[in-house]
Amino acid sequence: MSQSKSASLMDSRIIIPAVGSAFAKLDPRALARNPVMFVVAVVSTLTTILFLRDLVTGGEDLGFSLQLNVWLWFTVLFANFAEAVAEGRGKAQADSLRKTRTETQAKLLTGSDLKSYKMVPGTSLKVGDVVLVEAGDIIPSDGEVIEGVASVNEAAITGESAPVIRESGGDRSAVTGGTQVLSDWIRVRISAAAGSTFIDRMIALVEGAERQKTPNEIALNILLAGMTLIFVLAVATIPSFATYAGGAIPVIVLVALFVTLIPTTIGALLSAIGIAGMDRLVRFNVLAMSGRAVEAAGDIDTLLLDKTGTITLGNRQATELRPIAGVSERDLADAAQLASLADETPEGRSIVVLAKEKYGIRARDMAQLHASFVPFTAQSRMSGVDVEGSSIRKGAVDAVLSYVGGSASAHPESVREIQAIADGIAKAGGTPLAVARDGRLMGVVHLKDIVKGGIRERFAELRRMGIRTVMITGDNPMTAAAIAAEAGVDDFLAQATPENKLSLIREEQGKGKLVAMCGDGTNDAPALAQADVGVAMNTGTVAAREAGNMVDLDSDPTKLIEIVEIGKQLLMTRGALTTFSIANDIAKYFAIIPAMFLAFYPQLSTLNIMGLASPQSAILSAIIFNALVIVALIPLSLKGVKYRAVGAGALLSRNLLVYGLGGVMVPFIGIKAIDLAITALGLV
Amino acid sequence: MTLNGWIQILVFCGIVILLVKPLGAYMTRVFNGERTLLSPLFVPLERGLYRLAGTHEKEEQHWTSYAFSLLLFNLAGFFILYLVQRFQGALPFNPAGMTAVGPELSFNTAASFMTNTNWQNYGGESTMSYLVQMAGLTVQNFASAATGIAIAVALIRGFSRASGKSIGNFWVDMTRTTVYILLPACIILTLVYVYLGVPQTLGAYVTATTLEGAQQTIALGPVASQLAIKMLGTNGGGFFNANSAHPFENPDAISNLIQMVTIFALGAGLTNVFGRMVGNERQGWAIFATMGVLFVAGVVVTYWAEAAGNPLVHAMGIDGGNMEGKEVRFGIALSSLFAVITTAASCGAVNAMHGSFTALGGLIPLINMELGEVIVGGVGAGFYGILLFVVLAVFVAGLMVGRTPEYLGKKIEAKEVKMAVLAILCLPTAMLIFTAIAVILPTGVASIGNPGPHGFSEILYAYTSAAANNGSAFGGLTGNTPWYNITIGIAMLMGRFLVIIPALAIAGSLVTKKTVPASAGTFPTDGSLFVGLLCGVILIVGGLTFFPALALGPIVEHLAMISGQTF
Repeated sequence: MSQSKSASLMDSRIIIPAVGSAFAKLDPRALARNPVMFVVAVVSTLTTILFLRDLVTGGEDLGFSLQLNVWLWFTVLFANFAEAVAEGRGKAQADSLRKTRTETQAKLLTGSDLKSYKMVPGTSLKVGDVVLVEAGDIIPSDGEVIEGVASVNEAAITGESAPVIRESGGDRSAVTGGTQVLSDWIRVRISAAAGSTFIDRMIALVEGAERQKTPNEIALNILLAGMTLIFVLAVATIPSFATYAGGAIPVIVLVALFVTLIPTTIGALLSAIGIAGMDRLVRFNVLAMSGRAVEAAGDIDTLLLDKTGTITLGNRQATELRPIAGVSERDLADAAQLASLADETPEGRSIVVLAKEKYGIRARDMAQLHASFVPFTAQSRMSGVDVEGSSIRKGAVDAVLSYVGGSASAHPESVREIQAIADGIAKAGGTPLAVARDGRLMGVVHLKDIVKGGIRERFAELRRMGIRTVMITGDNPMTAAAIAAEAGVDDFLAQATPENKLSLIREEQGKGKLVAMCGDGTNDAPALAQADVGVAMNTGTVAAREAGNMVDLDSDPTKLIEIVEIGKQLLMTRGALTTFSIANDIAKYFAIIPAMFLAFYPQLSTLNIMGLASPQSAILSAIIFNALVIVALIPLSLKGVKYRAVGAGALLSRNLLVYGLGGVMVPFIGIKAIDLAITALGLV
Repeated sequence: MTLNGWIQILVFCGIVILLVKPLGAYMTRVFNGERTLLSPLFVPLERGLYRLAGTHEKEEQHWTSYAFSLLLFNLAGFFILYLVQRFQGALPFNPAGMTAVGPELSFNTAASFMTNTNWQNYGGESTMSYLVQMAGLTVQNFASAATGIAIAVALIRGFSRASGKSIGNFWVDMTRTTVYILLPACIILTLVYVYLGVPQTLGAYVTATTLEGAQQTIALGPVASQLAIKMLGTNGGGFFNANSAHPFENPDAISNLIQMVTIFALGAGLTNVFGRMVGNERQGWAIFATMGVLFVAGVVVTYWAEAAGNPLVHAMGIDGGNMEGKEVRFGIALSSLFAVITTAASCGAVNAMHGSFTALGGLIPLINMELGEVIVGGVGAGFYGILLFVVLAVFVAGLMVGRTPEYLGKKIEAKEVKMAVLAILCLPTAMLIFTAIAVILPTGVASIGNPGPHGFSEILYAYTSAAANNGSAFGGLTGNTPWYNITIGIAMLMGRFLVIIPALAIAGSLVTKKTVPASAGTFPTDGSLFVGLLCGVILIVGGLTFFPALALGPIVEHLAMISGQTF
């Protein structure tokens, strides 16, 4: 996917086609999806017909009537335009995705031995077919690796050019159609038929073609339709009231009042806000399988976060050397460094780094030392080096103790000392690594989980948002508690298994809470499905990807936090623009009511508090303001209202001030300014 | 405006505030079926009634059967009331020899008393026998008040219960409200009113010889007992045509104060019942505060407008405020206060003639009713009315904290919004459409007593009062015509039942939902911010609809008065 994160809001490549589709969306079938704008289109059609009739029969104020008609239609067009711009941004991404979906040839394996293959078009593959994909081939469709290991370039979907490993078994067995195998070969069992692959779904999602209204959007639409009905009553009864008072009001003026009163602003921007919310996730390289999931993200009460990779850096690091009595720290450092020189594990490398940084011991060349490396095995649970006649070992404390065995019994106090140090390290959440040289215990290396920088602040922020964080880890409770305290999470689940993860989610949900989690393995699938927001890692298995309702293409579990923010932003934008739209009505009444009734109740000019030039300019200014405010708010609806983690009370008072009070004030200023402009231009 | 006037207003407000907690505590116990002081006395009676009705106090109802029971009960009440009016000539307790009430008027009156409106197109002392007043009208005063309270309690259960199915038992709620709350309070109030000089007799009207030697018939009757429930149940239907302006129905300042306090007492107490039932009294106080802010604003405007009076009268050398249509024993402050109270609550009793108020003074009672009478409101009705606005306010503004809307842990979703919108929509429908037809229909216009905007206000006020189930009138309008009897009757039924059914549907939907625990991310609904928001939503959503109509009625009348023209 093109990483067009910097795509500006007003890119001409999006704007120009959007103008065209704004007109195309005048199709009644398209308009009917949006009750408020549909009503505007209906009344605009009515006034246009009346205008045409007056044109033929020679009515009065044709210029005024024409302008009102034009602005009424602009109102509808601007709403269509807002939606088209939002969709256009998604379309640009869909187009780049579509390029990857070029016609591929697949090597369909035939026969029971799966040895021979025949070339078939990728689109003819059925679920369950097994294909061979070799270096250079494009994977024809989504599937699961059943044999082999290969490096795959998934830049087409993730935008990340570094290849990833895909292999049978384990948690990295899912492959995506449209990605390319760079080396080796794999046999893939197809799991999606043509047209329903991951990329197809992505295209549909970003284009908004299959966009379903979300539950909250449906509820909001009901409210907007209800308000429209209320204003139908308010406006439709005016002619009769006016007749009683001995006056008459032209239909076009009634329509103008009606259109300015009904919530056109939010009605016009509602679908753009929804599309933009999904789009923000896509730009963030997260695919939400439904809009419902994005809404649910805003409501999350509990976040389950895996310790490794999310809260801590992936690997533990040596932070401290603890020699026993009679051994200097430097000697221990020297031994530990030698034992780790050839150890390519991150833990081993971190010991070398510690020795250099803290004790100034430079890295040495194994070959020059004529040293031979003793690799780690599952049986010995140690690794080490044999050099210049001495042998150095490091490993799990009990393994090293049994290695030194008999010689240790000669020094019981050193065994006790080692065990005391090791216990202390374990209590603090670290992993102890014992070091021995020539059968003599030397000390312990303290390996520590390194909590990611800034993560504590993020959790504090989440707490202010009202979200509880729970750390999930396979560590024992003691270690888990220490890391949880350091990272500042609210709770932890130690010695986590898929079963107790699932029951934790159910327990939280039983209390009425909404839970989000991320996972990648097949054994995460039940929990992912149970969670209200389940983010599957793109590197994960097919099962995990199917179970979650979001897929993170970057496979970065930290993103859960941003996903929640995006969900909140979407809901806030909706609320803010609805509030703004409703608050606008006060000024519009003050503009139009005195203008409307002035002919028979001149006293009502007192209500013209804006001092608008004439009844006609007042009505025209109100309808122009009403149309232009839609355009003015397109950028806000696409970008979203900024979310601040300051607690609901503070957030609400701020937003009420800006969008509620602002919504009352802005139209007074706007309508007055437009009135001055159109009067100066001589339009009325 | 005088210091004395303000002190009287403050005394009233103080008493109401002091009553909220004790009444709330007592009523909560009653609705929860817990033991109260009166239990030893009434439990056997209560149980007996349930056995007669074939129900049990532990039996619970789904919202649909709750609504069905309610409709059935009200329908029966409607027919009984209709029939006793039609046959009153043949029934006992009729010393004045009243003849049968006409069919349209009987329909109007039956609808009126069943819906807790008490719009009166008749003069009590010249139309209704004692039997109709006592067994017909007063019984419905109790029944309609208890119905309103039952609905409010059912809706509160929707919020307070989690993952349930039922919202209570209509028969039990009705019985408990009547037996433990309305009856004991009314017995005490009746005795107090009698002590203060209100008649309570089944004897015939008295004829007196005046100083000039003329014969005057003085109407009497069982006034005190009807007065007690008329206020406490926010019914408002006067025993006499002049309602609480009549010296026998409101003899002095003390009886006036008791009447004003009892209008608000149960409605205010229900806010506290709500707080207690949902487990946080502050939630109830927030709603009470919202009502309080809107109420005080109304009192200030009306009192100011009435005290300022009419500049055209001042120009004739007559100083002072507007005393037209007011009783001297109450004066401007208490008449203004009473007018705002009676329209804020859906009482409709009057101690002064609202049609004679200044344009702005009369505007406030109109707005109070157009907002749906949610400022304390009718017993129960005001509370479920304001909860409908809460649903809308929370839905719109709740989104602005970045969560899907919720109130007291219950998610507000499409169904709740749909029902709240339906309920809120029915009021302007009844108020505006009937007004729009009446003002251009010759038979509608023929009934108005004054030309121009004032006449418009009379019609608007009539339908507003009817749909809001208030029952007060703007004077001037001759309501006892077939057109007004029937349309006002329909407006009353719409305003009552088209709100009740959606409110119960919301209760039924909410009760099934889980309660989401509150967190730092939850929209706080027990503080001043929420009070301000709710006031704003009530004024904008409830009030803006009526701006064109108000502009053509009281507003233009006021502006005309300033420029020297009256109607």
